Amino acid sequence: MTSVAIEPTVRRRRRRQTQARALKYAALAFAAVLVLLPVYVLLVASFKSGGEADPSRAWALPRAWTLDAWREAWNGEQYGLLPYLVNSFKLVIPATLISTILGSLNGFVLSRWRFPGADLVFLFLLFGLFIPYQAVMIPLTQIFIDVDFPEGIPRLAFAHIVYGIPITTLIFRSYYATIPEDLIEAARMDRAGMLRTYWSVVLPISAPAFVVTAIWQFTSIWNDFLFAVFIVTDPASWPVTVALNNTTGSIVTPYNVQMAAALIASLPTLIVYILLGRYFMRGLMAGALKG
Amino acid sequence: MIEELGRDRLARVSRRTMLAAGLVAAAVALVVPASGLGNEASNSQACQLSVFSWWTGGGEAAGLDRLIKIWNKQNPDCPFKNETVAGGAGSNAKAVLAQRLSAGNPPDSFQGHAGAELRDYIKAGQVEPVDFIYKQAGFGKAMPASLINQIRYNGKVYSVPVNIHRANVLWFNPKTLKANGIAVPRTWAQFMAALQKAEDAGLTPLSMGEQWTAVHLMETVMIATLGPRGWAALWKPNSASRWASKSVTSALNRYNTVLGYTNSDAASLSWQEAGKLVADGKAAFNIMGDWQDGYFSGKKSGDNLALKPGSGYGWAPVPGTANVYDWLSDSFTLPKGAPHRAAAVKWLTFLGSRIAQDTFNPVKGSIPARKDANTKLYGAYLKTALKDWKSDALAGSLAHGVVAPAAWSTDISTALGLFLQSKDVARFQTALVAAARKSAK
Amino acid sequence: MRKIRRWGPGLLLVSPSIVLVAVFVYGLIGWNVKVSLSDWRQAEETSGFDTSAYKELFPGGAGETGEYARAVATGKPPESLSTDPAWIIDLHHALLFTVAFVAGALIIGASLAFLLDKGVKGEGMFRAIYLFPMAVSFIAAGVVWRWLMNPAPGDRSTGFNLLFEKLGLGFLRNEWYLGPDWGAAALALPAMWALSGYIMALYLAGFRGVPEELREAARMDGASEWRVYRHVVFPHLRPVTLSALIILGHISIKVFDLIVAIGGKQLITQTPAVYMWILIYDARDYAKGAAIATLLLVGISVLIVPYLIYTVRSERRV
Repeated sequence: MTSVAIEPTVRRRRRRQTQARALKYAALAFAAVLVLLPVYVLLVASFKSGGEADPSRAWALPRAWTLDAWREAWNGEQYGLLPYLVNSFKLVIPATLISTILGSLNGFVLSRWRFPGADLVFLFLLFGLFIPYQAVMIPLTQIFIDVDFPEGIPRLAFAHIVYGIPITTLIFRSYYATIPEDLIEAARMDRAGMLRTYWSVVLPISAPAFVVTAIWQFTSIWNDFLFAVFIVTDPASWPVTVALNNTTGSIVTPYNVQMAAALIASLPTLIVYILLGRYFMRGLMAGALKG
Repeated sequence: MIEELGRDRLARVSRRTMLAAGLVAAAVALVVPASGLGNEASNSQACQLSVFSWWTGGGEAAGLDRLIKIWNKQNPDCPFKNETVAGGAGSNAKAVLAQRLSAGNPPDSFQGHAGAELRDYIKAGQVEPVDFIYKQAGFGKAMPASLINQIRYNGKVYSVPVNIHRANVLWFNPKTLKANGIAVPRTWAQFMAALQKAEDAGLTPLSMGEQWTAVHLMETVMIATLGPRGWAALWKPNSASRWASKSVTSALNRYNTVLGYTNSDAASLSWQEAGKLVADGKAAFNIMGDWQDGYFSGKKSGDNLALKPGSGYGWAPVPGTANVYDWLSDSFTLPKGAPHRAAAVKWLTFLGSRIAQDTFNPVKGSIPARKDANTKLYGAYLKTALKDWKSDALAGSLAHGVVAPAAWSTDISTALGLFLQSKDVARFQTALVAAARKSAK
Repeated sequence: MRKIRRWGPGLLLVSPSIVLVAVFVYGLIGWNVKVSLSDWRQAEETSGFDTSAYKELFPGGAGETGEYARAVATGKPPESLSTDPAWIIDLHHALLFTVAFVAGALIIGASLAFLLDKGVKGEGMFRAIYLFPMAVSFIAAGVVWRWLMNPAPGDRSTGFNLLFEKLGLGFLRNEWYLGPDWGAAALALPAMWALSGYIMALYLAGFRGVPEELREAARMDGASEWRVYRHVVFPHLRPVTLSALIILGHISIKVFDLIVAIGGKQLITQTPAVYMWILIYDARDYAKGAAIATLLLVGISVLIVPYLIYTVRSERRV
């Protein structure tokens, strides 16, 4: 009797579950398609010839597939990105490393080795996140010239490190706030100094926050255009975003080359995501960037 | 406790130490050569002529390349350093330049539109007068006196023009006009009739692009209404009352009428995309500077349309401006504190020479500022331009920096942006008068 | 003395950052405020005191405040208002853009995370796809989106409008960023596209950070799955929402490359950041450009600082 009564409900519930699951996958797939639409347009345009790459044929596949645009964007005489990619790496790797380490030290002190007014100092640093950069380019470059800071990439790296302090400190501070206080206290009881505690207690469990911060900094430094175009005056030291922007000519824009160049310029960040994606999620879950 | 922790993590610590050491080493390895190399490069070259421009593509980049080749051959001891920044995202070039100049870090020479646009640099004491170059090289005789008069400021000349472009050109597709029985208009009344006819035929009567092309269109309509003298009077000191005059009102009303014939998506089109509507037979007319000729007739490989002048596309002065040359010019300056001043003087002397101008202009698609051009080198359109340049009255361009300094033209452009949304002529004129008054201060 | 030994090293370690931020953030903000209050309104540098730049950006008096607010809300400044009409339109655009971008990215990001939360086959792939747009710089994104949001009419339709027609959704076609009322919200679409994936990652981490025991306990009490989220999971997400707001907010205020790449420098798509650029680098009106920068900063402070202080305080209490 009971089994007869239960069976339809179970079946119904199961059916409802299957429907819900189908709906869920449909929604996820739809979102994925939406996200990929612009990527599709980028991709097909980059395989078109100059005359064919035009907004009016955005959706159409190339009539004749060609790698010309990719070749030109990679190391062509006029638009080749290769030397600028090298510049970008010279900029991004040290700047990301240094600003991440700086953020880690700040975050550690401001959450777990606090001093009176640590919260105020944190707010003081964090507010730097909101400065509108366009407005301060003139005095910023003036400072560089006044102190005779080495030109080119070192200047740019320095600027990114300084303006990266707020966000990197925020990420690490939130992350370290989740470390049990006992762990630090125990180290203190043992009269371990600050650096020793950082080195042997905090750093070993910091990897997730390092990954999150490094990805964030890598992405924003790699994609930055404003600082680069203002701070670096020598074209030989331009990072890739400036070269990419220069494919928009003042007279003619070769759309196919521009699209290929955009893809090439995004590849390194993409590779970082793919390589570190799993750690990135793990890092976020472990508490980085929770406010 | 800490010992315990330490031991627990011993394995991890050693791996971590190695990792950290590796990272630091990598950072040092990358930073040091980056800065070191930069210094070496700039020290080993005793002289390098750094020239700043926004010529990154198309005919202008090609023309500049030819000049660079000649320069490098003639001056092996001081090679050319091409510092171009694209106009792309937000005319970055001028912003970067303004910032470099105010930081006291000028190039040896930079590009600027000849005329009032240079006044900001002059007033800020950022450029030197170049009259001595004109004198030494005889540019005063080689270039039209009327041109030199228009670019003089407080009795001095501050740049050397490389080329002349014409802004008041009406472009059309002869096939489209013929198919719809439209004649090329000469007078304003004919123009209105032609636009109406095109509209009735289901065409876009007049194709237009983003905001600056609307400024460009307004300038030609105003010159057609006011004449070159009335136009010039608007840019004299204390001209606010002239801006408030009835003739300006009627010019603005005409402009408003013309705007009614433009495409609804103008703000989303570049000037080329607007021109292409004419080439494709979708629009009857387009008003744009003569760089449109380069786009229409240039080679396909340079992303141009490769149309045949005369049959694939045609041109005429904007109706009502038949004997007026609404001109603009790219010119180069001598910045104060140029790192290699002697080389910069040499560069400017070279730019004004016949060989440089006849090398650059046929490729760029403009005519030389000099009177002695070798006509044979120029294409069909440019031949007619060369002829008109000798006989026409001159009117300086607003949209391209000849008549108004940057602050004034920014105010006009903002007022025009508001007008494009409101279509309120009276309010637009009030704003233009206010802009003139502000500029007089 | 012992106390100092306890916290001194910490302060010392942070001090380089404090000094750098003091100089490069607060020093430059100070410079900016000083310029905004000067009469440096043309190419030549001047330093006399002058508040005229602010006068052009504020209501002309208490009587105008209501009119000013209405004009910002509608984006249609009346002639009677003495304020710079372009600035009013900029504020209107900024308001629309920020609301659309922040709300859009939060909702999309949180929904995607919600869908992914309880185990989905191919989660890694979905995550990678959603995160991908963040790798594309705003400049490159702007170029593609300019194509997609093409407002060309009739037979010249392309981009999304053409797609809508082909799919029989012609009623959806619109003028995108040229729309007189909602244009600025259309400009927020590419920004949403770029950042939603990141917000998704944040929320997904947030969802997973809720201890399973808590959820289980609620379920044992007979709570429906929705109620579990409503009463157990969502309250846990407040800090995530705060981070997301900070990240989206600061991007929204500073966004410049994207808008210029899509709309160029035209009033129809102009925002305060773009106007600031035009004033400083084209018109050389340094004082007014600096005044806009200062107002942006004040605006952000009013919106965000109380929230930051509140969060830091409540964190202490816990």
